Amino acid sequence: MTKLIKSGAYAQDAYAPVADDAALPDGPVLVSLARFNKDRDTLLARNTPVGIRLQSSENPETLGKDVHHFALIALEFPKFRDGRAFSWARILRTRLGFTGEIRAVGDFLYDQVNYQHRVGFDAWEVPDNFTVEMFHRALTEMTNVYQPSSDGKKTIRELRAAR
Amino acid sequence: MLNPLVKQVDPNMYRYDEFDAQFVSERVEQFAGQVARRLSGELTEDQFKPLRLMNGLYLQLHAYMLRIAVPYGTLSSRQMRKLAHITRTYDKDFGHFTTRTNLQLNWIKLVDVPAILRELADVEMHCIQTSGNCVRNVTADQFAGATDEEIEDPRPLAEIIRQWSSLHPEFVFLARKFKIAVGACEKDRAAMLYHDMAVQIVKNAEGRIGYKVMAGGGMGRTPYIAHVMREFVEREDILAYLEAVLRVYNQDSRRDNIHKQRIKILINTIGPEEMRKRVAREFDEIKRAGTLQLPQDELDRITAYFAPPKFETGLSDEMPEAGADFANWVSTNVSKHRAPGYAIATITLKTPGQVPGDATSAQMDTIADLMDQFSVGEVRVTHEQNLVLPHVRKKDLPAIYAKLKELDFAAPNAGLITDIIACPGLDYCDLANARSIPIAQSIAKKFENLSRQQNIGELKIKISGCINACGHHHAGHIGILGVDKKGVEFYQLVLGGSGAEDASIGEIMGPGFGEHEIADAVERVVNVYLAQRKDGERFLDTYRRLGMAPFKDAAYGKVAA
Repeated sequence: MTKLIKSGAYAQDAYAPVADDAALPDGPVLVSLARFNKDRDTLLARNTPVGIRLQSSENPETLGKDVHHFALIALEFPKFRDGRAFSWARILRTRLGFTGEIRAVGDFLYDQVNYQHRVGFDAWEVPDNFTVEMFHRALTEMTNVYQPSSDGKKTIRELRAAR
Repeated sequence: MLNPLVKQVDPNMYRYDEFDAQFVSERVEQFAGQVARRLSGELTEDQFKPLRLMNGLYLQLHAYMLRIAVPYGTLSSRQMRKLAHITRTYDKDFGHFTTRTNLQLNWIKLVDVPAILRELADVEMHCIQTSGNCVRNVTADQFAGATDEEIEDPRPLAEIIRQWSSLHPEFVFLARKFKIAVGACEKDRAAMLYHDMAVQIVKNAEGRIGYKVMAGGGMGRTPYIAHVMREFVEREDILAYLEAVLRVYNQDSRRDNIHKQRIKILINTIGPEEMRKRVAREFDEIKRAGTLQLPQDELDRITAYFAPPKFETGLSDEMPEAGADFANWVSTNVSKHRAPGYAIATITLKTPGQVPGDATSAQMDTIADLMDQFSVGEVRVTHEQNLVLPHVRKKDLPAIYAKLKELDFAAPNAGLITDIIACPGLDYCDLANARSIPIAQSIAKKFENLSRQQNIGELKIKISGCINACGHHHAGHIGILGVDKKGVEFYQLVLGGSGAEDASIGEIMGPGFGEHEIADAVERVVNVYLAQRKDGERFLDTYRRLGMAPFKDAAYGKVAA
């Protein structure tokens, strides 16, 4: 079982994951890029939130202007060593100006949550034994950062200048 | 162990402020937590592996190996004494300086690692990103700040890169490791063109200082020389440009075959022109966002830490006389300094018979004393596994030489055939196919005679115990690659490589030689050079003129049957 942590708290997952060949249920759905490309017009005409789940090899830039139709973009970590989604999230937030939910899904570690948070993830699909307390601890192990990222956190250089 | 007569000197180098200190100490506690989770079984070895690697901890053949970062190769005497202490307390009383200018300890217990990291933090050191698929410890020209060949000291930039790359959230789970070197002159002492990325400080036609960025060099099983990515990047844009290269790499690198995941493979697959285009697009965007701009006052602030020491004036620029042995040492191990009356002294950790790059804790302590007494408390580690006293008065050189003789570190062989690079090899390394250290020792012994070495002149031998090429065999004038054939160690010869500004990739000669044949084969190759060289040619020049054939004929002449 998995659960969702969003905005720092447990949250209900409103999105129903839909297999590529399954019928679309009512309400918000989460589909693959292939399914979206196949049923784009139908999905956008439904007038309910649509989420898309991208594999780590799928560059969100290929969504083009459609990116703003999504309320949720789930970025998959097929294994925790595959760090491409760190760049995808960064690009979504900075280049594409995406303001919806970016959710980490798949195989990632507690030790990666802070990095995910920094590059622009704001939701995490976590295993049952991962608690919200762990989530907050992951974000506070390192107080300061050396480089700017999507989180807008002040860098050590800025803190030095402000002394 | 500090000699009571020696006063500890703090050199001009980067010093942590409260932010750096907090960062490193929180990182230590974070890693201590990861170690505890591993020891309790909460983390599997598979999950722990990338976490420990990101903090320089390897699992080797016999024990854990800890790789301590020596940023851009610069150490203070205080730090050197701490390394000696750690080596004595937690390891077997010796450490190994590596081709990435780090220090490796080969016999570490996992439970001791947090304590070691805390001791390192006390002297502003760490193991952050000395391993793993992230931006590694930044290396630099070991003569930085001391040579008159450079445009400016490259270490402030290296420090800026160190900070920017430390726990960079986007780039700690790259497809593979990523090594950066910096330099500031045409002469390349840092093997820059063999790095994933290299930054050279240059002046443009208008006389403005900026940076030339190269990328896609590397050794390993598929060696490449780096391509120029951009001839001139303005000072304030350098981090934006480096971030752009890394972002393209992180996005576009293959992830399906560990042997094809370095940036060199990406660049040589899509072509340097396409790479430049992709990087330029990212670069323009990062620049527009403006958050990574490097302000001049920040550059000035970091540069101030590395201010040149106050050189004495009025010193004689004559080299003192102190006998023939001393003169021999000066001819190879002493280099021109920017200040009159001063010199740069290279301490080769390569006396024939020694393990290249190894130093005992007692030797480290004595070198710390030499640093304080004679080199404003400072030493550099080189990628050729030597140490450098960067700022010594010429008049002190005889005393330094005498002390080095006591230490058995006075070999007059910098750049000569016995100044050999060797990886730890099968004696320690989990990945190795063959031993490197005994081969280095046997070759050094064979060529021990000094006048013979001097007659041969500059000749760089580099030995790797496997295809991963940590011993830089592709870049050796004579490279040696250890391979395993059905459980027997063989050694292939690779000729004509260079890791300097005239970088080239060596060519494999053919079938390997047995461990007892390889030194003789090297000798036959060297003899071809001695017989055929023309006016002032180095081995490398003669090889480039003649090609492989005569060397190959000679090398196999006696062993073909």
